[in-house]
Amino acid sequence: MQQAVLKENAVQATQGDAPDAIVSGPAGPDVSRVSATRYAPKVAPFLSPAGWTALAIFALITLVIVPGLFVFVPEDSPFHVSAYTVTLAGKIMCYCIVAVAMNLIWGYAGILSLGHGVFFALGGYAFGMYLMRQIGRDGQYQSNLPDFMVFLDWKEYPWQWALTDHFLWAMLLVVLVPGVLAFVFGFFAFRSRIKGVYFSIITQAMTFAFMLLFFRNETGFGGNNGFTDFKRILGFPITEPPMRATLFALSAAALIGAALLSRYLIRSKTGRILTAIRDSESRLMFSGYNPLGYKLFVWTLSAVICGIAGALYVPQVGIINPSEMSPANSIEIAVWVAVGGRGTIIGPILGASAVNGAKSFFTQSFPEYWLFFLGALFILVTLFMPKGIVGLAAQVRKMLRKGEASEQPG
Amino acid sequence: MMLRRVGVKFGLALFLAFSLAAPVHALDAEAVQGLASEDFTARVEAIDSIAAAADEAALEILQLLYNGEVYVTEEGQVILEFDEIVDAVTREPLDPEPDYYDSVIINNLMRGKLETAIASLSLLSEDRETRFASAQALERSEDPKLLPVLARALDSETDPEIRAMLAQTKSVIELASSDPTLRLAAATALANSDQRRVRELLAAKLEITTDGEFIEPVEEVREAAQESMKSIDRRLMLIDYFGRFFSGLSLGSILLLVALGLAITYGLLGVINLAHGEMLMIGAYATYVTQTIFRNYFPEALDFYVLAAIPVAFCVAGLVGMLLERTVIRWLYGRPLETLLATWGISLFLIQTVRQIFGAQNVEVANPSWMSGGVEFMNVVMPYNRIFIIIFSFFVLALVALMLSRTRLGLFIRGVTQNRTMASCVGVPTGRVDLLAFGLGSGIAGLAGVALSQIGNVGPELGQAYIIDSFMVVVLGGVGQLAGTVYAALGLGVFSKFIEPHIGAVLTKILVLVVIIAVIQKRPQGLFALRGRALEA
Repeated sequence: MQQAVLKENAVQATQGDAPDAIVSGPAGPDVSRVSATRYAPKVAPFLSPAGWTALAIFALITLVIVPGLFVFVPEDSPFHVSAYTVTLAGKIMCYCIVAVAMNLIWGYAGILSLGHGVFFALGGYAFGMYLMRQIGRDGQYQSNLPDFMVFLDWKEYPWQWALTDHFLWAMLLVVLVPGVLAFVFGFFAFRSRIKGVYFSIITQAMTFAFMLLFFRNETGFGGNNGFTDFKRILGFPITEPPMRATLFALSAAALIGAALLSRYLIRSKTGRILTAIRDSESRLMFSGYNPLGYKLFVWTLSAVICGIAGALYVPQVGIINPSEMSPANSIEIAVWVAVGGRGTIIGPILGASAVNGAKSFFTQSFPEYWLFFLGALFILVTLFMPKGIVGLAAQVRKMLRKGEASEQPG
Repeated sequence: MMLRRVGVKFGLALFLAFSLAAPVHALDAEAVQGLASEDFTARVEAIDSIAAAADEAALEILQLLYNGEVYVTEEGQVILEFDEIVDAVTREPLDPEPDYYDSVIINNLMRGKLETAIASLSLLSEDRETRFASAQALERSEDPKLLPVLARALDSETDPEIRAMLAQTKSVIELASSDPTLRLAAATALANSDQRRVRELLAAKLEITTDGEFIEPVEEVREAAQESMKSIDRRLMLIDYFGRFFSGLSLGSILLLVALGLAITYGLLGVINLAHGEMLMIGAYATYVTQTIFRNYFPEALDFYVLAAIPVAFCVAGLVGMLLERTVIRWLYGRPLETLLATWGISLFLIQTVRQIFGAQNVEVANPSWMSGGVEFMNVVMPYNRIFIIIFSFFVLALVALMLSRTRLGLFIRGVTQNRTMASCVGVPTGRVDLLAFGLGSGIAGLAGVALSQIGNVGPELGQAYIIDSFMVVVLGGVGQLAGTVYAALGLGVFSKFIEPHIGAVLTKILVLVVIIAVIQKRPQGLFALRGRALEA
């Protein structure tokens, strides 16, 4: 019977278009668990009741309680949330969004990108241009141009800056720039079937090249120093509590949106093909699918989400410079996802929060040990926690059971 | 073709000329007395008339004068001070010794005169180095008074290199002559030059003054100058290309050294070792430690510490590599992406460890004396340390090639690279081969570290600078065949250096990336992939 299926699919493969009923094929790793009479795997609910509850609580805290406590509760009250906390949490949530995007491409499609920092930074730079324009004449040199341009003795904005004083165009750039770059890069990379470590290495080279490019003053984005000293968004001062609270809530909303979107995507037919690409790309191709479109789609989507995260990150942190594009930053994103647990919704979020929480702690208390810790994290997680924090409970349970089993006969 | 030693100083030439000049006391007393004059013009004339004698005694006294060792007494007697005080002309000791005497003061005009005079007199020396140095010193002078000296030197000169220099100097001077035939001959002769300066002199001939006249009135001379300029341009371009080729070769050989080990481990295990750069760093620090040990315990052999550092770096980096293979990488086989992350962790760990031990600052690794300096070939200075690295990397390449093709381990490595399961089935101990190959790859990286320590800074982040480029070499070259790595490394090196002067270093890097992506559109496994039937190659 399998032969028959293969033949049928081979015919489709030569025609080059994918069949519609992708869930019904005998592809994918879960098939063995499904009873022989039913091809379609049981569709899990979108979120479990516990999941919905957690989501609701998270939304309540981040969208209502924290911004409320921050803005409306006076500073001397014990319930007041400090600006530092809000900024740190907002920053970490941006990282969480990146981790969700990374998980989409690595956790589900099995493509390890070591270049996601570029998309993040490009989103940041795109919005940063708008922020720089919003400074207006309040810069050190009191010129219409940003300080670094005055410093370089430029007389007008270079072409990259066209229209960036319009908020909507800046928003569009946040999505378009990473999206187009990812699309073009991904098209050529996936088309020639670059995969595995090759792909990772090439994305790393891309990051590196972009970092060098942005370090140049001639590129027109402030060189070494990047953008900083932002004043306002849409006319509202950026350091005032209402704006901070808004950015914080927006980050939270974006995080929720990204998580739900990736959950939705994974449950869809496309999502199942993505997992199939991860588990056995050649088998998927033999079954008549062309992975190019799927990979390209999820790769571009992931880049766009990163860009949005970057745009939310920059106004909260108040600076963007080319070091965000360093290969080390991009590879760190991978470890967030690995620590939390790949291929799960909550894993990357947990991972990004845990690692960045640890980073804040270490860089304040023991800066010289942070790299040791991070290095050890990379090694230990890959060696001993292949499923990350999320899989830890199951791992421990399994070990206990094994222990019991070995004790009984002895 | 000119093969010149760089760094022969004019001063050395003076010394040589002086030591060669046997004191022949045939100086014109009147001319020497002129040096005692209060009047600068008189002193300048004195120099001219001494130089006109053009013998070794003249050379000697001019040199002493240049060094400020010719003195005048209060009575106006010109004296020299050797073991005792003697008269400059007669060399008779003075009795009684004068109480007070002072150096003959020379001003810049005199100094210039002296330099030219000394150089032109040294042109007749017996010693080649002296003549060479003085020819070099005269190269920029444009004084028509030199013409007879140059003509005389050209008559007797046999060395082709010095002849070429003298002829060029002569032509440059003659180019300014008032005689159109001389100018024409000079303009034609200058076609043999390879100097930008000469090209500019010729170009100046073609310019038009403000009142619409050519600076050079004779048309034939202008045409000859034009032709000569073209020929100089061609030569300059050749030199330029040669210079770029050399720096490309130098970069390529470094990339080759770095990528060689990477290609072996990647071909064998299918994992990319992001800690490979840190193996370079370990190799460089091993060199540093060896240097320190030599400096403290064997200072007389310090020049040879590099040779000792080679095996040390190989062993240290190789051992660290084997340790990593045993403790980390072995447990991740079949999970290449996770290996990538784990090796990155290792690299962070190693960087921080080195920072803790040696400090975050760069450490100082000096070139041994035989590696400093360089040779000049076609006007391109090729530093010895770069040449050493080129030779060294091809030496390592040859060793690796021999090892892979002639030894049992090499056979095993090739077997496992081609088909791990099958190799295992026929009894190849794949585990041990992995271990040894990883050690070998890391060891080669250690060697690359020795090489890098000779040309750049040694710091904890040394490896990071080269690692991405060397990955690109592996991606471009493919794995499984050394040829791929060699062509890709040298190709990328030379390509980058040829492009760099036009668009700058950063855009070159981006262009290289684009080119690599374009190449792997056609050849996804790199230029020289092993052909196999496996789907997931």
